Amino acid sequence: MSETFYNEIINEHNLNPYHKHSIEGANFTLEGVNPSCGDDIILNLKVDESGIIVDGAYEGDGCAISQASADIMLDLVIGRSRDEALHLADIFMRMIKEGITDEEKEELEEAGILESVSHMPARVKCAVLGWRTLTEMFE
Amino acid sequence: MTPAENDIRAEFPLINSNTVAYLDNAATTQKPQCVLDAVNSYYVNSNANPLRGLYDLSLKATQAYEDARNAVAELIGAASDEIVFTRNATESLNLIAYSYGLHNLREGDEIIVSVAEHHSNFLPWKNVAEHTGAKVVYWDCEPDGYLNPDTLTGLIGDRTKLVAVTHVSNVLGRVNDIRKIADIVHTHGALVICDGSQSVPHMKTDVHDLDADFFVFSGHKMYAPMGIGVMYGRRKLLDAMPPFLYGGEMIETVTKERVTYAEVPHKFEAGTVNAGGAVGLHAAIDFVNRYGYELIESRERELTDHAFDAMSRMPYITIIGSEKSDEHMGIIAFKVEGVHPHDVTAIFSDANIAVRAGHHCAQPLHKHLGIMSSTRVSFAFYNTMEEVDRFLEVLESIRSRMGIM
Ligand SMILES: Cc1ncc(COP(=O)(O)O)c(C=O)c1O
Repeated sequence: MSETFYNEIINEHNLNPYHKHSIEGANFTLEGVNPSCGDDIILNLKVDESGIIVDGAYEGDGCAISQASADIMLDLVIGRSRDEALHLADIFMRMIKEGITDEEKEELEEAGILESVSHMPARVKCAVLGWRTLTEMFE
Repeated sequence: MTPAENDIRAEFPLINSNTVAYLDNAATTQKPQCVLDAVNSYYVNSNANPLRGLYDLSLKATQAYEDARNAVAELIGAASDEIVFTRNATESLNLIAYSYGLHNLREGDEIIVSVAEHHSNFLPWKNVAEHTGAKVVYWDCEPDGYLNPDTLTGLIGDRTKLVAVTHVSNVLGRVNDIRKIADIVHTHGALVICDGSQSVPHMKTDVHDLDADFFVFSGHKMYAPMGIGVMYGRRKLLDAMPPFLYGGEMIETVTKERVTYAEVPHKFEAGTVNAGGAVGLHAAIDFVNRYGYELIESRERELTDHAFDAMSRMPYITIIGSEKSDEHMGIIAFKVEGVHPHDVTAIFSDANIAVRAGHHCAQPLHKHLGIMSSTRVSFAFYNTMEEVDRFLEVLESIRSRMGIM
């Protein structure tokens, strides 16, 4: 793991998350847990009739990677459709597990900085927790 | 470094060929060359199926295996026929639960389990309770980890059949007064199952002084190979217990209609045994005896005190358990305020320092203390002050590394 992995972006999302709070009127709620490390998030999304994620938030407890990754994910998917969110989650998972193209990485915007997690087997589960929970919720 | 320290470290090939500061000794220790050599030599010179053949090699293998049993018996003050070899402490505890627990407990009985137990000294009892209708009763510790015998006195009664308690907690590092506990338990006609996984590697233990009815530990936490563990039980209890696993080597005679089981301890050692592992454990015991518990304890005490003193002076560090260093047997679990234990461990790992994060297989204890998880540093006598200083230096930098000012 590189010395700089806990970079400013990760630290900022971990220490001052934008989306870590409760929300009113969520119609999708799912808890995601990593039993081995104790990461635990509850993802809440509000999706309107046309399938657009109009609001979202998470609560829970976990390491910086799991928390920051969930926060970054919500930045990316709020305002998008369910299908778009699933598409982005798929790219994210592939980025961590097998690698993606530059164009795909661009689609992930800030979430692309988590690519280096793919070289840290101990942290993979942390990074994908929010994304995995989102995918399970919609599938 | 004193010459003794150099000598100790020189015995451990992994430590010599690696710059890691290995501070996760409560999980497993490194292995000295003498243990590796003993295992190797067993397979090179003495290997055959022990207890089966009447030819020289098999007799030699049997001898090596039984010599190991004698060494274990001597180490913990037991008789040889009270020592059963298993894979590890977990299997030893399951053996007791399946063989003694399932056959002797019934509805309405109670099993008292200390809240500080490793899951391996809790889940087997929960399973016994589910199968027999007995009930598990928790013995809570005080906020500093003390298991107060007065609390036990309040819980114990005629219904109590078993009390499961660890000698040293793998999170708190605190030594429990097993003798005092056993005195209370025996007054009520119940039995003490004591988990010695974290005591035997670090301090002199004697099952008669402790007055434990059952006592278990794993070889791999005391310099032996993985896959060899020990269950001690009082001879009277072992005699009355049914076998745990059925198969070869644990019988006297078998006909289609009738089986008579072998004498203890063989009754509990079905199938081909881990003779190589037992020989490794024997060598590990010789290794420990060569340096002596006095030296081991005093070196580990110095390392623990040094780490503990510095950690207690650091703001933002909370040590779990006692505020006194001498109540931590080489184990210090802690929290860094504002930083998740997983991140703490990752930063240590980055600095090539091995410490452990999580609930350390003691979730009920963490819950009781109101925390989700912690980071744990644990010492063996081959660790050095320099390694502790490396650990402390990184520890001090963690919050700023995480962007906390
Ligand atoms: C106190 C205690 N009991 C039991 C165990 C289980 O040991 P093993 O995994 O070797 O069976 C451990 C270690 O993991 C322990 O620290």
